Amino acid sequence: MSNTNFTRRGLLKTSAVAGAGLAVPTIFTGDVWADAHSGYLNAPQGSTVTLGFNVPQSGPYADEGADELRAYELAVEHLNGGGDGGMMGTFSSKALEGNGILGKKVEYVTGDTQTKSDAARASAKSMIEKDGAIMITGGSSSGVAVAVQGLCQEAGIIFMAGLTHSNDTTGKDKKANGFRHFFNGYMSAAALAPVLAARYGTDRTAYHLTADYTWGWTQQESIQAATEALGWQTANNVLTPLATTDFSSYVAPVLNSGADVLVLNHYGGNMVNSLTSAVQFGLREKQVNGKDFEIVVPLYSRLMAKGAGANVKGIFGSTNWHWSLPDEGSQAFVKSFGTKYGFPPSQAAHTVYCQTLLYADAAQRAGTFNPCGIAEALEGFEFDGLGNGPVLYRAEDHQCFKDVLVVKGKDNPTSEFDLLEIVEITPRAQVEYAVDHPMFAGGDLGTCNPGA
Amino acid sequence: MFGLEKRDYTLLIIVACLTMFAPFILNPFPTDSAMAQFNAGYPDLMQRFVIFGIFAIGFNLLFGLTGYLSFGHAAFLGVGSYSAVWMYKLLGYNILPGLFLSVIVSAVFALLIGYISLRRSGIYFSILTLAFAQMMFSIAYSDLIGRFLGTTITNGETGLQVYNSDPQVLHSASKPDIPHLFGQQMQSTYSLDIAGWSFDFNTGYYLCALIMIAAFYIAIRIFRSPFGLMLRAIKTNQTRLNYTGLNTRPYALAVFVISGMYAGLAGGLMACMDPLAGAERMQWTASGEVVLMTILGGAGTLIGPVLGAGFIKYFENIFSKINDSILHQWFAFFPDGIEDAVVFMIHPFIGKGWHLTLGILFMLVVIFLPGGLVEGGQRIGKLLKRGKKSEDKGDGDAASTPAE
Repeated sequence: MSNTNFTRRGLLKTSAVAGAGLAVPTIFTGDVWADAHSGYLNAPQGSTVTLGFNVPQSGPYADEGADELRAYELAVEHLNGGGDGGMMGTFSSKALEGNGILGKKVEYVTGDTQTKSDAARASAKSMIEKDGAIMITGGSSSGVAVAVQGLCQEAGIIFMAGLTHSNDTTGKDKKANGFRHFFNGYMSAAALAPVLAARYGTDRTAYHLTADYTWGWTQQESIQAATEALGWQTANNVLTPLATTDFSSYVAPVLNSGADVLVLNHYGGNMVNSLTSAVQFGLREKQVNGKDFEIVVPLYSRLMAKGAGANVKGIFGSTNWHWSLPDEGSQAFVKSFGTKYGFPPSQAAHTVYCQTLLYADAAQRAGTFNPCGIAEALEGFEFDGLGNGPVLYRAEDHQCFKDVLVVKGKDNPTSEFDLLEIVEITPRAQVEYAVDHPMFAGGDLGTCNPGA
Repeated sequence: MFGLEKRDYTLLIIVACLTMFAPFILNPFPTDSAMAQFNAGYPDLMQRFVIFGIFAIGFNLLFGLTGYLSFGHAAFLGVGSYSAVWMYKLLGYNILPGLFLSVIVSAVFALLIGYISLRRSGIYFSILTLAFAQMMFSIAYSDLIGRFLGTTITNGETGLQVYNSDPQVLHSASKPDIPHLFGQQMQSTYSLDIAGWSFDFNTGYYLCALIMIAAFYIAIRIFRSPFGLMLRAIKTNQTRLNYTGLNTRPYALAVFVISGMYAGLAGGLMACMDPLAGAERMQWTASGEVVLMTILGGAGTLIGPVLGAGFIKYFENIFSKINDSILHQWFAFFPDGIEDAVVFMIHPFIGKGWHLTLGILFMLVVIFLPGGLVEGGQRIGKLLKRGKKSEDKGDGDAASTPAE
């Protein structure tokens, strides 16, 4: 069957063909073959500039992803001079003129991260390589944000993180090409713990259920440290895989653990399912150690509150932004979002809208789309009027510092959107931390990469 | 040449030409035209085509020849990726050690899993491989080994990445900070612009393509060898083989390991193109995907799995990116009401609905072309031939030979 014919001529022919094949890649060497038109990757050609919106359209965070996409479309409309301008009118920097970015009309491409690192990177790569996107933004999971941020650093594209709350995004996984407007686990814990101690007392034992990935780990670590500093004890921490939909087997052991507070370090569909499970088990009616059993959700969003329905009443958590904030920027954003879609925006929508505006403004001020120019314009940038009061983009770790909202599920909601009430606005000073804080240590920003 | 018969040699040349000219073949539409949406000639997708081609070729060696349906092949893919990224972390960004280790480690895993699973055949074998793969997925997804040892092995859901603080003992400042082969960066791309068309030539793609051609060549040799004949005998009637006094298990185990090595190589190459290893690529859906690729293309044929891999990856990456606003652009020439109706009708089949489109096509192929895409090609070839010269009855028309 096998016909081996090792003749001299056969061998010569074979090695000639094989050698030619091996030599092919060597012609793709040197700078001539690099993308060297402009000094940076995907420099916009012609009269348009393309942004890449990479959001979860399926998986546990699909609701957040859909809302992010709405906000992106609104931001693009405003940047191109359409609509009522939204927060462009209230933004403290007035560089944007409503004629796109640097006179180029803004266009966009979308992709589905599926809340999976692999899929998110494939989607981001196709935006960069096929569609020529100059910036990638979005995501509703820290695992994805960290993975895509790494990709953008390697490729030489700016990454404006969407909803990512892990300490690692601007901690041990921080990258020079990545920027985060959203707050993080440490800030949530620093804002939430004093409020919890004031309401529930300092003599409490907490049981943690934690989403098993970078966000869950750092969120849990932060809240445990902050509550223990105020006298609480931690009974147990159980990690739940992100793809879990039935939490009953995780909730059942809580009853006999001796804990009197359940902390759900879950987000999106996970939190809706775990909270519903906990309420169905009757945890909220229970008395432990002579105290009412309480449930805490460190990271809250209106979309989650809507998903969990009446179960969220009276439950505390923290949030980056809420549509009921009375300041001018928030109201302008809620108005234009509401006019276009008929309901108020979520915090995910708010943060990605801000990120798009901040990117456009930085490009405008820098006068270039070069990632290094934009990074320089964003580092140490102080601004106001985007709904969070005065905000600083810290140069050392590309993290925004701003006030944090402590919220509570409303007891008597007046509408299907009016589900959370703001308990306290924790001032920025209380949630700030040093760049080399142990929870954020181990990372290296590196240097900005323009890609070419 | 290469110890091949003329027919196989022609096939190898065709595959080599297709992969070498893929940047042209996959970009048939000018960049600014509305049809540019369907261009697939960008580096990431081309790399995926050939990498999953390797994966499917390897799977087909097992499934196509012996008939053993492994439902856990993605586990070897994942193991390969993790091995390669660990080599980046420990040694440096040169891809050779990583590729080498990914093949070795996946062979070891395949030996262990194959040794146990091959004690059963049929559905029990499939279930065993599936169970092993899911166990490995869970271990990687929650990084159970790492947690047990108090360190990081797979880094869980976030995926294993290279950090600046990693040892990288062979790395120096003069070397690139991304995967490279002796300085050739995998992501460097040259774009050739000709009159509205743009063609991307990517180093990583050509490396993968050469490896795939080599993998394809080895697969042909295995198909045509006495070993391959023995494997086909296992598929045809294993009981009879046993009664003649032959122990078939070493043969099956050997091909299982080879097949696992192919998968490991594919996984290692994935990490070479993109230095991150995520646990999702070990999930059962990924194992199912390679089964679909093989059946869609034509199980037991040489080129079928490659075609199937290309077909599925094309749908995953091109159809999933079409959204409603693009549809509105296409059908803008209709009156408003009809335009909305047409978009509404097509909407479930595009974007995240690409699975639905693929599912329908898969059903059509399985029902009407049981031999997969290869059978479709053969039927077309026969039709053409019948039109030209009906007396010529040579079997040279078959682009490849089904196992049975």
